[in-house]
Amino acid sequence: MTDFAPEPDPDDGFGNESSAPSAPQVTPADAADAARLVSFGLHPKLAPARDAEYTELLRRYREEPAFARLADAVATGLGLVVLEVSTRTGMALAAAEDSVFAVRMGDYARRAGADSTDRFLHGLAHLACAAMAFPRPEDLADDGYIGRITVNGVDSFVRQACRKLEERAEAAGENTDPATEAPGLEAAWRVYARRSSTGATKDARRLAGSTTGIIAKAVAFLADSGFLQRTGDEAGGTYRTTARYQLQVRDMAGSAAMAELLELGVVPVSDGTASLLPPPDGDDLEPAPDAGLPFHS
Amino acid sequence: MSVPSPAPGPAADEGLARRLRALACTAPLHDLDTRKANLAGEYSTYEMAELALAAIDLVTLQMDFDTGADHDQIVAKLLPRVAAQAPARDAAEHERVARWVLENMINVGSVDRGFRAVYGTFGPDGSYVRRDYDFKLIEEVPGPGGSVYLRTTDEAVNVLVGALDTDVTSAQIAAEVKLEVLISRGRLADAQLAAEQARYRTVQYAETLRRTLEATRRDVRAVDWLSAVPDMINEALDHVADRYRHENAILTNIRKARDEAASERGPDHKRRAAELVDIVKDCIRRHTQLQSRLLEAGPLFRAEQDRQSFAPPAARAGLDLYGQLLAPVLPLPLEQAARVTDAFFARGTGLRTPGALRLGDLTDMLLTPPAPREHLGAEMPEPDLVATPDDSRFSEEQLAVAMELLELPPDAPRRLSGLLAEARRRDPDLPYLIALLAVHAASPPVGTAYRQGEERLLFAVDDGTPLDDEEFGGADLIVGTALLDAAGMAADRTEAA
Repeated sequence: MTDFAPEPDPDDGFGNESSAPSAPQVTPADAADAARLVSFGLHPKLAPARDAEYTELLRRYREEPAFARLADAVATGLGLVVLEVSTRTGMALAAAEDSVFAVRMGDYARRAGADSTDRFLHGLAHLACAAMAFPRPEDLADDGYIGRITVNGVDSFVRQACRKLEERAEAAGENTDPATEAPGLEAAWRVYARRSSTGATKDARRLAGSTTGIIAKAVAFLADSGFLQRTGDEAGGTYRTTARYQLQVRDMAGSAAMAELLELGVVPVSDGTASLLPPPDGDDLEPAPDAGLPFHS
Repeated sequence: MSVPSPAPGPAADEGLARRLRALACTAPLHDLDTRKANLAGEYSTYEMAELALAAIDLVTLQMDFDTGADHDQIVAKLLPRVAAQAPARDAAEHERVARWVLENMINVGSVDRGFRAVYGTFGPDGSYVRRDYDFKLIEEVPGPGGSVYLRTTDEAVNVLVGALDTDVTSAQIAAEVKLEVLISRGRLADAQLAAEQARYRTVQYAETLRRTLEATRRDVRAVDWLSAVPDMINEALDHVADRYRHENAILTNIRKARDEAASERGPDHKRRAAELVDIVKDCIRRHTQLQSRLLEAGPLFRAEQDRQSFAPPAARAGLDLYGQLLAPVLPLPLEQAARVTDAFFARGTGLRTPGALRLGDLTDMLLTPPAPREHLGAEMPEPDLVATPDDSRFSEEQLAVAMELLELPPDAPRRLSGLLAEARRRDPDLPYLIALLAVHAASPPVGTAYRQGEERLLFAVDDGTPLDDEEFGGADLIVGTALLDAAGMAADRTEAA
């Protein structure tokens, strides 16, 4: 657990000195190797430790700045963003926007292309998986942290959050039923709460349109991306996170979603303290109505 | 130009909206009766609304702490009522009707598996707004091992109990007080109704607690562990203890009523009282279950606290995915929320390498015949069997004769001495087997035989008479056959399952 590889070394003094003279001479063989390294990065489930060639190319990337720049250029040219290159994660790549490697919602789930409700639910499933996998800010920041999630766990977690919002709206005397002719104005939590969490099907498979079905699709997809590893079948399927997932969420997805949220004029308050709490409300120390145990409503 | 507000005021309007929503909850039930005409077949003899309400009752009573009701079990329990409505029809149709009713209560056809009703309210500015009210009556929840269970929603319970828009705890207390009064006045029919209501409330209460405990297991910091939690656990435990005392008192009262009722009021009264005892017993069982959950809460919090709070803090702070992203997104309107989740999805799913296909390869692949399977596994070696010598003391035939001898009619037990004499006439070796079987029957495993559904059981009793025999000594046992109520046992078993 403690012996994970160091961060990719920045070009410190001695590395620069020794390799600088050789930098201009890039041979086609070097370009082929750089492209080979990028192609390894495109196999996200491939562990560097299991492939001698991969390991060797990673070493070259770390030790030869010229080679590293070449590999970066190849990746950029293909429409890829280099997140990290280390023996821990291998060559962690993310797809730039509009790249051929990017995943499109319409390809991901056919229904989601046309239906805004399904589109939102699929996106929310991914966000909720990440939030459950890294429940605290420290967990997302700590390179050694491994998160564990289950399909049913993610579902009940989001449902709980929705229920708190419902209780709050009820306490405030709001009528949250959306206007019939403007479904886009319906509060997001209601869309989730309304969808059934599971359902019996004729062939005993998971109901694809249910929330656990949507979450199961998300985690299976993430597992295919080398972001999660399946560890068992309990609670709808249990998974643990990989270093790549942490990178992807921390450096790409989290900030992108945050930027979008800020653009909408919503500024989530953070006082730096660890909190999986719902946003502070001041007077919510009262036990929730009907509850035998208190939790912040 | 000002238009006079058509609504008498927001408060009245809100009350109207609440009643409209309550009314909407009953609509799916009425709907069944209007739609039964459209079904292929002559289904008008069935009272669908009654069946639907019975289904909701059954699901509510089956709801437990961990799981809900099983789909097939509910259908099976609904069948007697369906059959009673149309005894002439065949069982397959009965089952079809039961399934149709249950599936319509779940509303299998819609993607949300729920219902929607439209109603109108006046906004604060006097404008008329039509709103969608979405609700479910029976919902499907994941159970252990990937199975699907049924639960009734709060809406359904409220429709069922009678639009009780009150606090769970106080409603329960009220129901119990009512029950006591009714019992003391001897009005058991009403008492049963009140007891059933109390049980629905108990179930609802347990359900609320279960959800809360689940939430705390996920997120220890959402809870004020310093003072509020211990206070509340104590309060809840007091509550359980109080209810337990209360219900035990009721139980004693009804038992008395049940036993005294028999002589003066007739069998119907006695049956009602007996049913009432069952209901209250069930309430007590549910409270006990609740209590054990409450006792588990403390250790659970401490373990979670160890795991989450006492680890060394990380060097740098990251993004708080829940607090800063998920929580602010959920209250947003769908349109805006989808923009944030889209952004997360686009960057958070990783990459996919697009497939690049050559037509030549594809044709080759499609035209290649499937490779014949060569390996079906290694050939199984012929097992080398060794015959073991038959060293049984008695032969199969002897056992058959002995069993035939012991095939006694249930109303005519026999002395062991007589059995031995008869056996000796048939085969000089047989008395040993008879004696052995008789001794074995001296303390028969009644419970096991009962559970295994045996219909008869051999038993032997010692009444003090000494055995006068040339080969054996001891007591002259009375050997007989007891009949077991196998049918009753089978019924019990299905009920318990």
